[in-house]
Amino acid sequence: MNPIDILSTYWPRLLDGTLMTIKLTLMGALIAAVVSPGLALIRTQAGPLVQAPLRLYVSFVRGTPILAQLFLIFYGSGQFRPLLQEWGLWGFFRDPFNCALLTFALNSTAYQTEILRGGILGVPSGEIEAAKAIGMTRAKTMQRVIFPHAYRIAWPALGNEVILLMKASALASVVTVFDLMGRTRQVFSKTFDFSVYLWAALIYLCITAIFVIVWRQAEHRLSRHLNPNAWERSKDKSLKATQS
Amino acid sequence: MFELFAFGDTGWGDEILRGLAVTVQLAIVTLPLGLALGFVVASASMSKLRALRFMGVGYTTVMRGLPEILTLFVVYNGVGLLLNIVMQKLNPEAPPSDFSPFAAGVIALGMVVGAFAAEVLRGAFQSLDRGQIEAGRAVGMTEGQIFRRIKLPQVWRFALPGLGNLWINMLKDTALVSVIALDDLMRMTKVAVGVTKKPFTFYLAACLLYWAMCVFSEVVLARMERHASRGVRRAS
Repeated sequence: MNPIDILSTYWPRLLDGTLMTIKLTLMGALIAAVVSPGLALIRTQAGPLVQAPLRLYVSFVRGTPILAQLFLIFYGSGQFRPLLQEWGLWGFFRDPFNCALLTFALNSTAYQTEILRGGILGVPSGEIEAAKAIGMTRAKTMQRVIFPHAYRIAWPALGNEVILLMKASALASVVTVFDLMGRTRQVFSKTFDFSVYLWAALIYLCITAIFVIVWRQAEHRLSRHLNPNAWERSKDKSLKATQS
Repeated sequence: MFELFAFGDTGWGDEILRGLAVTVQLAIVTLPLGLALGFVVASASMSKLRALRFMGVGYTTVMRGLPEILTLFVVYNGVGLLLNIVMQKLNPEAPPSDFSPFAAGVIALGMVVGAFAAEVLRGAFQSLDRGQIEAGRAVGMTEGQIFRRIKLPQVWRFALPGLGNLWINMLKDTALVSVIALDDLMRMTKVAVGVTKKPFTFYLAACLLYWAMCVFSEVVLARMERHASRGVRRAS
């Protein structure tokens, strides 16, 4: 079959896999995004004793292959089957999708925590002192000064992390989740036509490219006060485009 | 519990260590190949020729955007198919040959490392101080001397942190080759799990071994970085 035939025959599967890849990536990244700000605060403000388990966790996640982490959770949970059944969690761990999602969320939490920690440490101390001087409470300072600036600093690195997670999500195919990689392998084992891999590569590149564009737009928005002219210009342009 | 990891026929200690050796071997063979490819791609993307630059930048963009496991399968299946076609042309009676998973692993990981290393090296070359190169010319050094005495030591210093990260990532990525049936640490662990039915124990052991290798690498790299920047004055 020629490459076009492969695509026209198997596009529903590839589309299905693509959606699964996006779902895994976004859900994993979102769960991590909810958990990591709190952990990053602990990493910057808590005492060394509270930090110790967190540092161990981050070091472990960064020092082991994500495939090994996935196997540890997916196959490893089988060793505790009676216990998990007792707690009613066995149904959760039996599903490879859940295990993959849990692995990716745990993995991304560690990376995002470290990235955000860098962002928080990068906030100039003068800004925090100024917030204190005008009488903001600690919580208000976090909400209005520290986190907005920390996210602005961390934004590009967070984007990189989401792309890395998207690439890592292809590993879910190894535990029989039918993401894009899983579907691709399925089609290849059926047809032995190499071109399906090239289509998969193209789709992965497209996902990355679209994400990079969206992320950059968001970055411009986050820092529009730093370069107001450019922001106004782009708004004028889109305004004119809609008027004409 | 410890008898599970005993050496000899009773335990899995020696099997897992053998897998570990394959993992280390794979990483060590891949590194120089990846670095060499990185040098070639970096010089292509800094070239004066537009076509070369396009190829270099295109290579790094594509390879960095693809999942490593996809690259691995493309190489393993693609080169395998290609080899079979060539063999069939040369000798139609030959039985279909298998492409070695080790070679596929080295090629695929080398291609990935090459793309990332190219970016690290390009950054390092571009942060060289132009004045120093001009000074080298002014005192009559040849281009070769300038490269050896001025460029290389500093590129090494600038690139070392990035290359160190790459090494650690590559060490972790070697786990992927277990999927194409190379008997590395990950796969030997899987074999042990299949027999003993103790998945958590063995995968945790494998994780600890990878972790130990990464921490050890970090310590060595920190030393190398200190050595590479021994002559640098720090503003205090």
